Amino acid sequence: MREQRVIDKIIDVKNVTKVFDDTTVIDELSLYIRRGQFVTLLGPSGCGKTTLLRMIAGFVAPTEGKIYVEGQDVTTIPPYKRPVNTVFQKYALFPHLNVFNNVAYGLKLKKILSGEKTNRKGEKVPVFRKFTKEEIANKVNRALKLVGLEDYGHRDVNSLSGGQQQRVAIARALVCEPKVLLLDEPLGALDLKMRKEMQIELTKMHKELGITFIYVTHDQEEALTMSDVVVVLNDGLIQQIGTPKQVYDEPANAFVADFIGESNIISGIMIKDFSVKFLDTVFVCEDKGFAKNEQVDLVIRPEDITVLPEDSDKGQLTGTVLSAVFKGTWYEMEITANGYEFTVQSTIEAKVGQKVKLSIEPDGIHIMKKLRTVNEFVGEVSGENTVDFCGGTFEISTDLERGTPVKVFVPFDAVELTDDEEDGEIGGNVARSLYKGRYYQVQVYTDTDEDFYIDTSDEWDIDDRVGIKLDKSKLRLEVIVEETEEENQAEDGGDEA
Amino acid sequence: MNKKLWLVLRWVFLAVVLISIYLPIMLIIVYSFSSERNIGSDSGFGDFTFSLYGRLFQNDLLMEATLNTLGIGLASALLATFIGTFTAVGLYYMRKGKKAVNLVSQVTVVNAEIVTAVGFLLLSIFLRDVIQIPIEKGVLWLIITHTVLTTPYVILTVSPRLNQLNPNLYEAGLDLGARPMRTLFTVIMPQLIGGMVSGFALAFTLSLDDFVVTNLNKGTSGVNTISTYVYDNLKRNLDPAIRALSTIIFVIVLVVLIVFNIIKNKKAKAEQSASKPLGK
Repeated sequence: MREQRVIDKIIDVKNVTKVFDDTTVIDELSLYIRRGQFVTLLGPSGCGKTTLLRMIAGFVAPTEGKIYVEGQDVTTIPPYKRPVNTVFQKYALFPHLNVFNNVAYGLKLKKILSGEKTNRKGEKVPVFRKFTKEEIANKVNRALKLVGLEDYGHRDVNSLSGGQQQRVAIARALVCEPKVLLLDEPLGALDLKMRKEMQIELTKMHKELGITFIYVTHDQEEALTMSDVVVVLNDGLIQQIGTPKQVYDEPANAFVADFIGESNIISGIMIKDFSVKFLDTVFVCEDKGFAKNEQVDLVIRPEDITVLPEDSDKGQLTGTVLSAVFKGTWYEMEITANGYEFTVQSTIEAKVGQKVKLSIEPDGIHIMKKLRTVNEFVGEVSGENTVDFCGGTFEISTDLERGTPVKVFVPFDAVELTDDEEDGEIGGNVARSLYKGRYYQVQVYTDTDEDFYIDTSDEWDIDDRVGIKLDKSKLRLEVIVEETEEENQAEDGGDEA
Repeated sequence: MNKKLWLVLRWVFLAVVLISIYLPIMLIIVYSFSSERNIGSDSGFGDFTFSLYGRLFQNDLLMEATLNTLGIGLASALLATFIGTFTAVGLYYMRKGKKAVNLVSQVTVVNAEIVTAVGFLLLSIFLRDVIQIPIEKGVLWLIITHTVLTTPYVILTVSPRLNQLNPNLYEAGLDLGARPMRTLFTVIMPQLIGGMVSGFALAFTLSLDDFVVTNLNKGTSGVNTISTYVYDNLKRNLDPAIRALSTIIFVIVLVVLIVFNIIKNKKAKAEQSASKPLGK
């Protein structure tokens, strides 16, 4: 049941792209944020989350697209005129000012409406004034009280601990009464205990003040515990927007499943609605609406697998325990079954080497659309039986004319990675290596910033420089007709936050 | 016994080094109290007297040269400090070509001073005769040349401070509602004061010391600094009051140095005690 009502968007990011030195950091991203929410931008380093935040703050201008605050286009408005304030990761307090003056800095610059007067033309014009000393002192002390630093006004900021400095930074931003508070990994520099404390306090402050918080972090636990809404980012694209429960229980794709929480990610085939086959076994699931025999990724959380004795008549898989580690309240076990190494959390201990049955309930299996089932590149026929794409020239037999633009389809298993860049046809860097049961799915980005997905039996280290070799017999070419220009349709469209 | 010998040798070495450094200065100080006009005359040291100090203030040319030296030093050091600091800040926030510009700005530091000096001489002629800007070589021209000469040194002393700054500091100022210029003056500049003071001191001493540039650019109207005055009068008869002046300069530098060190120590101690958390 959905009411028809106007959504109160306090921040609206529309089709924003940011390119730094030929690298696309944010790719046609659209996102809106509702007033009063605690929204977390979550993703690995380099995913574009900080850039997005800095564009909202006004420190970075988008290459394309627009940003609105309360419906007003702020894309070209400088940071000092935006109704948002930022808490920086490394505090960025002013070292020459004491705590009080740090917090008062923004207030001293603020001009407030103090009434109206009639000018010579008889028009009414607004009159502005600055805060009085007394007003500033009151506001600063209230802000300091809010962050628990009541008696610290006279202290030198350099004499404070990291946690205290971050509290001052929060007070300094909040005292300006921003419409949105932007927090850029504010707890990143603190130790674990302090971080937990501050997490609780920030959530409390958010509830008390009712200000919209946009919080950037790479710490998935932080995101899940603090936010109303989590926006998962990767490669400058939104992977999923949802409540913490949604992104954990129903990850949109293999990336989200892998990034958030521990998970077993396996490739499977949807046989029909509510029935999925993986590891040569058919399981009942709760998902439907996929095409018949569609290839899918599925995620099973470690706590959703039940370990049963070998002679149990329940359980769909039989496996062997490879390792078992006590984690305080549960055992974390590696159990191999049908060629896949499951990570399992169970309160019942199983001995290493022991044979066990594994049972997975329908609600423990979450089916996700595959991000991509084939690598697709845009290239050009560059000569007799050669095609240029991804910055390389490949010998592919074709009768197409030179200069014909083509789409090249490269199946995941048509790519071979080589340790030595020289052995490959083009070079690339490993971006990710994801175990999918019996094989690893490795993502490699080329020097032209295009991604190859490769299915391989080996695990590759992230950031390794590798060579890419293609099995030409498995490639397919398709001539590009003028109309199909949009080869990169974003999957993240105008998602809702 | 070898050990003892080494210890003795070490002390002897140190003494020899220190004596060679301070011997010329000591000689000047000692002889500034001599009544003799020439050092090494038959009558030896002569009488102990302050007469050279009195004489110093009666030598109008020397007094003028001293005032010129101080005036040019102060003016050019002030200018260099401002220009150098702004340049350093600009360089720091530059995105592209930062390294190249940094290098270009520092070339004159390692370059031979004589090149700069001749360059300025030619420039003054070029300006006057080719572009026809009536350049009068003299105090004003010297201030300009000394400013140009010392600005790179200020950039050199201010830049390290900038590199230590929190990279978000400037953004924090903007974020809190200050315009770029205001942020520069109220947030960035206060962090650079240490570097600016060092830069000023360095520029000032460099200007005081300078002979090569000054001598080629002082013009013919009789403007002199201490160094060019001494040089001009060597061949004639150098006023022995110069010994008194040298002694005074040395003492002032010594006092400034000591005061600086005391302040620095006090600050370091204050910071140390401040960084001890007082507890909640």
